[in-house]
Amino acid sequence: MPYVPHTEDEVREMLATIGVDSVDALFAEITEDMRPKSFDLPEGLSEMEVLSKLEAMAAKNATDRISFLGAGFYDHYIPAAVDALTMRGEFYTAYTPYQPEASQGTLQAIFEYQTAVTRLLGMTYANASVYDGGTALYEAMMMAVRKTKRRKIVVSEALNPIYRVMLDSYTSNLDVKLVTVPHKNGMTDIEGLKNAIDSETAALLVQNPNFFGSINDFTTLFAAAKAQKAVSIISSYPVLQTLLKTPGDMGADIAVAEGQSLGLPLSFGGPYLGIMTCTKKMVRQMPGRMVGRTKDSEGRTGYVLTLQAREQHIRRQKATSNICSNQSLCALRALVHMCALGEQGMKRAARLSIERAHICAERLTAIDGVDMLTQGPFGNEFAITLPTNAFDAIAKLTARGYVPGFPLGRYYEGLENGLLVACTEKTSEEHIGIFAEMLKGALK
Amino acid sequence: MKTIFEKSVAGREGCWPCEGIAEEAYIPSELLRDGTIGLPSASELDVVRHFTKLSQSNYGVDGNFYPLGSCTMKYNPKFTEIVAGLPGFTRLHPVLPQLQGAGGLCQGALEVMYETERLLAEITGMAAYTMHPMAGAHGELTGVMLIAAYHRDKGNKKTKIIIPDSAHGTNPASATIAGYDIVSIESKDGIVDPDALAEVLDDEVAGMMMTCPNTLGLFEKHLPEIVKMLRKVDALLYYDGANLNAIMGKMRVGDVGFDVVHWNLHKTMATPHGGGGPGSGPVGVSERLVPYLPISRVAKQEDGQYFLDYNHPKSIGYVAPFYGNFGVYLKAYAYILRLGGTGLTRASENAVLAANYMRKRLSDHFEVPYDRICMHEFVASASAQAKKGVRALDFAKGLLDKGHHAPTIYFPLIVPEAIMIEPTETENKATLDQFIDDLIELAETVDTNPEALTSAPVNLPVTRLDETTAARAMELTDDL
Repeated sequence: MPYVPHTEDEVREMLATIGVDSVDALFAEITEDMRPKSFDLPEGLSEMEVLSKLEAMAAKNATDRISFLGAGFYDHYIPAAVDALTMRGEFYTAYTPYQPEASQGTLQAIFEYQTAVTRLLGMTYANASVYDGGTALYEAMMMAVRKTKRRKIVVSEALNPIYRVMLDSYTSNLDVKLVTVPHKNGMTDIEGLKNAIDSETAALLVQNPNFFGSINDFTTLFAAAKAQKAVSIISSYPVLQTLLKTPGDMGADIAVAEGQSLGLPLSFGGPYLGIMTCTKKMVRQMPGRMVGRTKDSEGRTGYVLTLQAREQHIRRQKATSNICSNQSLCALRALVHMCALGEQGMKRAARLSIERAHICAERLTAIDGVDMLTQGPFGNEFAITLPTNAFDAIAKLTARGYVPGFPLGRYYEGLENGLLVACTEKTSEEHIGIFAEMLKGALK
Repeated sequence: MKTIFEKSVAGREGCWPCEGIAEEAYIPSELLRDGTIGLPSASELDVVRHFTKLSQSNYGVDGNFYPLGSCTMKYNPKFTEIVAGLPGFTRLHPVLPQLQGAGGLCQGALEVMYETERLLAEITGMAAYTMHPMAGAHGELTGVMLIAAYHRDKGNKKTKIIIPDSAHGTNPASATIAGYDIVSIESKDGIVDPDALAEVLDDEVAGMMMTCPNTLGLFEKHLPEIVKMLRKVDALLYYDGANLNAIMGKMRVGDVGFDVVHWNLHKTMATPHGGGGPGSGPVGVSERLVPYLPISRVAKQEDGQYFLDYNHPKSIGYVAPFYGNFGVYLKAYAYILRLGGTGLTRASENAVLAANYMRKRLSDHFEVPYDRICMHEFVASASAQAKKGVRALDFAKGLLDKGHHAPTIYFPLIVPEAIMIEPTETENKATLDQFIDDLIELAETVDTNPEALTSAPVNLPVTRLDETTAARAMELTDDL
C-alpha cells in the first residue's frame, strides 16, 4: 500500500504487543449498524498513472489565452527563487510553530513577513495572514464591531463586489448592518461616505485603487470617520502600494490586502493570501497568529508566537476569531517574492504595469464609441464603456484567443456595457495592439 | 540569525521582473508615497542563502517524526507537487469560467472540483459538497452558517450549539462567530454522556458539534442514541473532520446521521501544512442542507460539460472569493486517486494500529487516563512526573533535543499535563520504537536528573524562549 511502511511481520508484532489478534479488532467499537452502506471508490493508481490523468486534465484548460483579466487578481511575474526556496521540505512540511525552538525558520520568516507588509502599508502591526483578501476585510470589520460595540458598517460600492458579497454572506446571521454608498461613475463617493458615517457607525470600508482602478487619497474621509469614533478600514493592492500613498499616511486604522500579486500564481482562485495590518490601538482585536521577537535563556535572539490569548486554542468561544490554519506558506512566498525583487524591482514592476495600462487605455479609447469610465488617476487597471454589451464582446474575443477583461455588468446594474481591463509588467505592447485591433473589429 | 532587512545594503539590486523602466509618472505626486519603503535590497544569492539557512532551523515531516495529536502529520507525497504546479492549473484566472463562452477554457479544473466533491461524498456518505472553505476552521464556520440557514428557512428559533468539553477550540469559536451561544457538556469516561446531553437539550438547540473519534482518540459509541435525541428537537449534528484519518472505510458520517462534515484535507489527504497553512476545509452536507450550500456550485451538463451554477436562491452566498484553495485540494484529489478506496482504508487501519502500539508500549511508563483500545491517537498524562517537578512541557522539549517533534501538549483540556500522540500510518516501526525508547529514557531521567529535562532543549539553534517578555515588549517587526 502506498506510504504505509509496515510489513506483515511487523503488523503481527504490533498486534501481539497490543494484545489483539487482528487489525479489525481495533475497530470493534464501530458496530455493524454504523458500518458504511457503500464505499464505492476507484482502485488506487500508480504515481505515473495519476500524473498522466492529471496532465490530461490540465491540458483541457486553456493557458494560451492573452488575458486582460484582473478584478483584484493579477498575473505578475514570479521570480524562480520563490518556488525554489518555499518548496524546501523544512518549510513545506512543518506545522504551525507551536514548538518555537524547532521552528525558528518559520517564525523568523513570519516576523520578516510582518515587517515587510507593515512597511509596505505604512502600518504598525500585522498578523501572520488570513485566508484571502475578502476574509481579511470581514475580520477587519469584526475587529471594528468588537472595538466600538457598534453595528453599522459603511461600505463603498466601489469596493470589490466579490468581497461585498462575501461580507453580506458572513453577516447574514449576525446583528450587523451593512450600508452601501453607491459609486459615482466608477469613483468612490467620498462625500456620500462622509455623510453616511454617524455615531452608530462601527467601520468604514473603502478600497484603493478602487474596483474601477481609480486612485484616491482618503485622508479627509478617514479624519471624518475618526471624528465619529468609527474605524477606518482600507483594502489595497500590494504591488501598487510600492508607489501609492500608504494607508498609514492616510490615517487608516486597519489596512488589508489580497496578497496574491506577491508571488502567488492565479491557480484558479487559491490558495491566496489575506494580508492584515493595523495600528497599535487595534492590535488586541487582531485575529490569528502573530510572531514576536524575544531572547532565549542564554540571551540569544529568537522568535515566538505571541499574544496568543486572542486565539481559539487558548480562549475558545471568547477568541477574536476561529482561525487556526492560515496561509503561512503563501505569506512566506510573498516575503521571498519581495526579497527576490527587492524594493527597486517591486517598484519597477508597479511602474511598468501602470505604463502598460495607460498605453492600453489610450489604444482602446481611440476606437469609436469606446470611452473611459474610470475618471482621474488610475494605476494598472481601468474601466471603459463599449457601444455594445460587454458580455458579448468578451465572448467574441475570448473565442479568438484574447480575454479582454471583466464584465462590470456582472455585479453593477446599469454597467452592462462596462469592461474592466488590467495590465501587468507581463503585458506586451504588441498584445495591446492586437487586442485593440480585435476589439475594433468586434464592435463593427 | 540577522533578518533579511538587517542584511540589506542600500543600492544592491535583486532580480528585475523585466527590462525597461517606465519613464512617465502617470499619477500625480500628491497620491504617491514619499521616500523609501524599507523593503529588502539584496542580491539573489543573499536571498537564497538567507532562506536556505532559515529553513535549516525547522523541523518538518521530511526530516523529523512529527507525532502531533489532532494534526495528522503524515508524509506528503512529492508527486502531488508536480500536479499542483502544472501550468494548465497554475495559470488559470478564477474569473474565466464566469465569462460568457469561456467555460470551455477550464473544463479540466472544473472536473477536478466536481470529481473531488464526488469522491469526498462517497467516502463520507454525504449528499453534496462545497470545496470553498479554505481551512478546517473555515469549514466549521461554513457548516454552522449552513445550520443557521436551515433553521432560518424553517422559521425555527434556535440560539444554542452544544459542544463537548473535549472539543478543539475552533468549535466553540466558530459557532460563536456564526452567532450562537455555546453550551459545553462534560464527558463521561472520555466520551459524550447521553445523560449530560439530555440535561441541556431543548428546543433552542440548533445543533451539536462532535469529533469522532474525539480528541482523546476514543470512539463515540453512543452516536446512534445521540442522533435520535437531537432529531427530536430538530437539532443538527456537525462532524468535525479533524480526526477522519481514523475511520476511512470503517464508518461514513452520513450513514450514522451527521448532517454536516468538514474535512481538513491538509491532514487526512496529505497536503503539506506549510508551517500552518494553506489548508483546505471542504464541507459535506446531508440532503436537507443541500439548498443552502455556498455558491457557485460546480455542475455537469448532460453532454458532459462542467459549469458553475449560481442558481440556488437559498444559498448562504460566498464564503470564499472563488472556489476555495484549488491548488491544495488538487493535491488531495491526486492523493485519493493514488490510494483508491483500499488505500484509504489501509491508511486508517495502520494509523490506528500505530497509535495502539505506542499507547501499549508507553502505558507502563506514563499514566494513560483512558487506557483502552484507541483510534488514531491517544492521550498520556505527565501528572505523576509533574509532582516531581517535570511537566509535559519539559518532556516536549526533551523530545525536541532527541530530534523528534513534540506531541501536542496540554490538550485536550480535560486531561492534566496531557501529551497527545498521533503517529499516523506513514511512520515505520523503527521510528515509532525510537520515539518510545527516547520518551521512556526521558521518564527515567525524572528521578536521576530532572534538571536535564527542565533545561531542555540544548541541541537546537535556541534554548527556551522568554514568551512573557515577547508579549510585553510586543516587538513584532524590525525597526526601520
